[in-house]
Parts: sequence; C-alpha cells; structure tokens
Amino acid sequence: MRITWADIKKKVRWVAYWASEAYNAPYRGMVARAKREQDDLFMLLIFSEMMGVPNPATYYTLELQPIMLEKFHEWHKRAGMEHSPLDDFRCC
Amino acid sequence: MSAIVPALIGMILIAAGYFFYSKFIAEKIYQLDPNFETPAHTLRDDIDFIPTNRIVLWGHHFTAVAGAAPIIGPAIAVIWGWVPAFIWVIGGTIFFAGVHDFGAIWASVRNQGRSVGSLTGDVVSLRARTLFMIVIFFLLMMVNAVFAVSISNAFVATPSSVIPAWSAIVVAVVIGVLIYKVKVPILWPTIIGTIILYAVIYLGDQVPVSLPETFMGLGAAPQWIIILFVYATVASLLPVWLLLQPRDYINGIQLIIGLGLLFGAVFIANPTMVAPMYNTVVPEGTPPLLPLLFVTIACGALSGFHGLVASGTTSKQLNKETDARFVGYLGSSGEGLLALVTIIAVSAGFASLGEWQTVYSEFGGTIGISTFVAGGSQIVQDGTPLSREFAATLLAVMAVLFAGTTMDAGVRLQRYIIQEWGTIYKIPVLQNGYVATFAAVGACLALAFGAGGTSGQGGMEIWPLFGTTNQLLAGLTLLVISVMLVKLKRRYIFTLVPMVFVTTMSFAAAVYQLWDLFTSGSYVLMALDVVVIILATFVILESWSAFTREKKAAAASPG
Repeated sequence: MRITWADIKKKVRWVAYWASEAYNAPYRGMVARAKREQDDLFMLLIFSEMMGVPNPATYYTLELQPIMLEKFHEWHKRAGMEHSPLDDFRCC
Repeated sequence: MSAIVPALIGMILIAAGYFFYSKFIAEKIYQLDPNFETPAHTLRDDIDFIPTNRIVLWGHHFTAVAGAAPIIGPAIAVIWGWVPAFIWVIGGTIFFAGVHDFGAIWASVRNQGRSVGSLTGDVVSLRARTLFMIVIFFLLMMVNAVFAVSISNAFVATPSSVIPAWSAIVVAVVIGVLIYKVKVPILWPTIIGTIILYAVIYLGDQVPVSLPETFMGLGAAPQWIIILFVYATVASLLPVWLLLQPRDYINGIQLIIGLGLLFGAVFIANPTMVAPMYNTVVPEGTPPLLPLLFVTIACGALSGFHGLVASGTTSKQLNKETDARFVGYLGSSGEGLLALVTIIAVSAGFASLGEWQTVYSEFGGTIGISTFVAGGSQIVQDGTPLSREFAATLLAVMAVLFAGTTMDAGVRLQRYIIQEWGTIYKIPVLQNGYVATFAAVGACLALAFGAGGTSGQGGMEIWPLFGTTNQLLAGLTLLVISVMLVKLKRRYIFTLVPMVFVTTMSFAAAVYQLWDLFTSGSYVLMALDVVVIILATFVILESWSAFTREKKAAAASPG
C-alpha cells in the first residue's frame, strides 16, 4: 500500500484535532468565563457615563456603544433583568 | 508467582466489569436513554455546557481523577500483603468506583447538570448539603497537606527528580504562552515540549539536587514542604491558561506513557511477586487490615473526589446519556489500572522478600511515591533498555507532577470556598483572593507540620485520615444516587451496599485511629479525627433518616 502526502497530512490533522481537544476541553468553560468577565469590565467602561461614573474617554467610548448592543442585551438577560436597566440605552 | 498473573487477571476482571456489570447497571438500574436530551444540549452556553466527544470527555475525566493518590494508597496498603490490596482495588473498581462515578454523572445529567453537593440539598436534605461542604473543605485541606509531604519525601528519596519536576513547570508555561498568546497550533509545542521534558529527565539524572540537611533548624523534607506551599500559593493565583491547563495536558501525556511503559515492562520482564500474598508478620505499629485497608486505598478503589469531577464538569459536557457508562465507568477503570500497576511495582520490584521487608519496616513513614519509584524502576530496567536511574527519575517526575497539579488545584478550590464563606457571612476581608489564598495555605501548612512533617520522617500518618474523609464523601454521593433510585422505585441495592460498606469502614477506621493517634501523641491529627468521627456519625444518621423517609414516601405513592 502506498502512503501519499495527503494520507500523512490527514493523519497529522487527525492527531492535531485530538490533541487540541484534549488540551482545550477541560478548561474551555474556565477560559470562556474569564474572557466574559473581561468583556463585562470593558462594557462597564463604555457605559460608565450613563451610570453616573465620569469617564474622560466618553467621546470615544460613545462610538462603541452600537457595536456593544448585542453583548449588552446578553449581559442584562444574564443578570436577570428582562429589559435594559439604562433609560438612555434601550436594546429591547 | 509471576507478576503477569495478577496483571492479566486484574485487567480481564476490570474489562469484564465494564462489558457486563456496567452494562447491567446502565440498562436495568440507571436505565440510560439514548434519546434523553442532556444538559449539554438543553442548557448549552458554550462555556460550561457544551456537548463533547465521548473519547475526549473520557480522557478529561480520567486524567482529572487519576493522580498521585492511586499510587500512594496501594503502595502503603501492600504492607498487609499484595492479595488484600489486589482484591480491594479490583473489586472496588468494578462494584464501587465504577458505579459511583457513573452514577454521579447520571444523577447530575438527570438534574440539569447540577453538582452532587447541590443535589444533596434537594434529594436528601439541607443539613446533608452543609455536611457535604464541610467534608469537602476538610478533604481539600488534607489533600494539600498530604501531597506536600509526599512530594517532599519523593524529592529527598530521588534527588534526580528535582530538576525535571521544576523544569516541567517552565515547559508548561512556555506551552501555555505559545498556544494561548502566540496562537501556535498545538502539535509542535506538544512534540517539542515532550522531547524537552524527557531530555530534562536525563539531565536531572546527571545532576541530582539535594537541599542542605538542616537550614534554620529544618530538615530537607520540611524545607521542601515550605517551598511547595510557596509555589502552590503563586500557582493558584496565576491564570489557568498559563500554568494549570498546560500542566494538566503534560501530565496526561506522561500518564499514558508511564502506564504503557510500566505494563509493557511487566509483561516483558515477567518479574516475581516477592511480597507475601498475605503478610502475617506485619511490622510493629501496623494497624489492623480491617478496617484500615479500605481507607488506606481510597483512590484506585473508590474515591469521593471523583463525584465532584463527575458532577461538576463531566456531566455538563455529556453528549448522550448513554455516554455516561463509557466516560464514568471506564474513567474509574483507568484509575484502577494505575492502582494495579502500583501494587505490582511495589510487590515485584524488589529482589527478595528480605529486601521488601526492609522497605516495609514500618506503616506509613516514607512509604509512598518513593516505594513505587524504587519498585517500578527495577521492573522498567529489566523489561526495557532504560537504565534504572533514568526509569526512577521518570516515574518520580510523573508522580510528583500529579501531586503538584492536585496541590495547586486544591489550593485554588479552597480559596473559592473561603471567598464564598466571606460572601455568605459578610466578612469582606475573606472575599479578597490573596487573603483567602493565604488563609487556605496557612491551614494546610499547619496541618502538614502538625502531622509530623517537621521531622522529615513521617507525615504520612495523615494518609488514612485523608482516605476516611474521601470515603465519607463517596458515601454521601452514593446516598444521593440511592435516594434517587428509591424515588424512581428501582433496585437500589447496587449503590446502597457500597454506601453502607464504605461509611461503616470509614467510621470504624476513624474510631480506631483516635486511640492510635492519642497513644502516638499526634494531637493535631487526633483533633482532626474527632471532627471526622462527628462528620461520619452525621453522615450515617442523615443517610438512615433520608432513606427510611423516602422508602415510606415511595411505598405510599401509587404506581
């Protein structure tokens, strides 16, 4: 039986898939949660002015608000609030 | 007798346990349903709940539960002869551990992927839940203390393992940074990292490192204990991707290579079991086999810690309910095999009965990782081209890495518990991560030294107490499963008998140790033992009350 480069590449990809799963699967949740916490902190910075916390970079963070719309919606749902808690920022 | 005989019989029995007994439990008792939608699907959030391939999940479960404990426990227990240890490891794996781990996954999957601790509150009672939390806290404290003592003993006995064990941390950090920050595909860091790891084992072999015999009044072993706790403090505060995750991965690779190497060497070298089948002339001070055997070997036969892993993470990633059998039962079977190979290493790795008796001249003491290393390395030398020194370093590094990872994960978990207490009881200072970590490490350090670690000779006295607590936790998990089965009007005898057995043995062992610790003057451990006895009493009373209540309720309800 002839072994071609394609066969070897396929096998290597197979090993890499299993190695990557073995590496990531046990900690996927922990890493994702840490990332989410960082994202939440970033969101707090963006919306800080609306909550009465002075933010010298408001001029720039204001631009980011529409981009954060979807994440903001996810966040208030996750926090147990049916609708947006900010009067000036109604996402749903 | 040839060591191949117990190796083969053990492997065949464990395989039969999986193919027949676990099938019976899956079909008739837990009644797994391939069409049941698991929490990984119904509650999928791609964070905790995510359907995962069963082989990957098995690997995760197996490496999370298999650590240094199934090496240390059987190594100590062989003092009563290798047959009792063999019977408990094989019987325990088939009828106790498999059913327990598998059952914990099933119970959790049927309850929205909740942990056994949280389920205890609903299924049994709120009192039982509090009990569960206290048992976990003590278990973690003992895990950290006992593993620190074990690693320090291993470093003193095998100085060649010092450089490789600490280098593995550097290798792990480099792998972590390469994968997480530089985004390098996993294959190259794995291959190069593994090669470096084994090259460093060779280097360690050439350059053994020993600490000064005394430094500020402390011997070499206690010095190591302090260094290890400083390490655990720092490691537990680092992000998981930087150290814990790559270290776990490296350990998994090492475990598979180590297990393969040892079993392969046993079959090639065909050593003789020099240890007595049943030791009638045990050294003075050895406690009686009954009940101590059943707490000396916890992991490897039955371990409550597995229930935490099974219901904490594994159940949330189960793709199909029927995968629970493969992941849970085979996960504990893997650990049973590690315990089996340890029994063989410490029974057949010595030249003669006389040499074995010299090593096993006292109960506990420095027996543990170093005994496994001494016996295992002899078998590897006889069965492979590797030198005994290299094999000894390799096995010591494997065991030390396991114990080290458990330590930093243990300190991390204990920090979470203390922080949670800070929130519940409104003590802001305890909510601080650093304060909580120092409190956790302080408690463990006090226990390690209080347990005799200062002398550098003992410290393993705490081992049976750790086993007792671990078994109590297993008893509580089996209680949850049994009560669930009563509620479902199914046969509960298969989980109730193991539950009654381990709880009784744990209680009896704790009572026996009380007198033993009093006479030896180990008052710190004695105080801890009193707590364990109180906990055991409550577990028994709680089980009795929950069980009779649910049986009455089930009898009164129609259907």
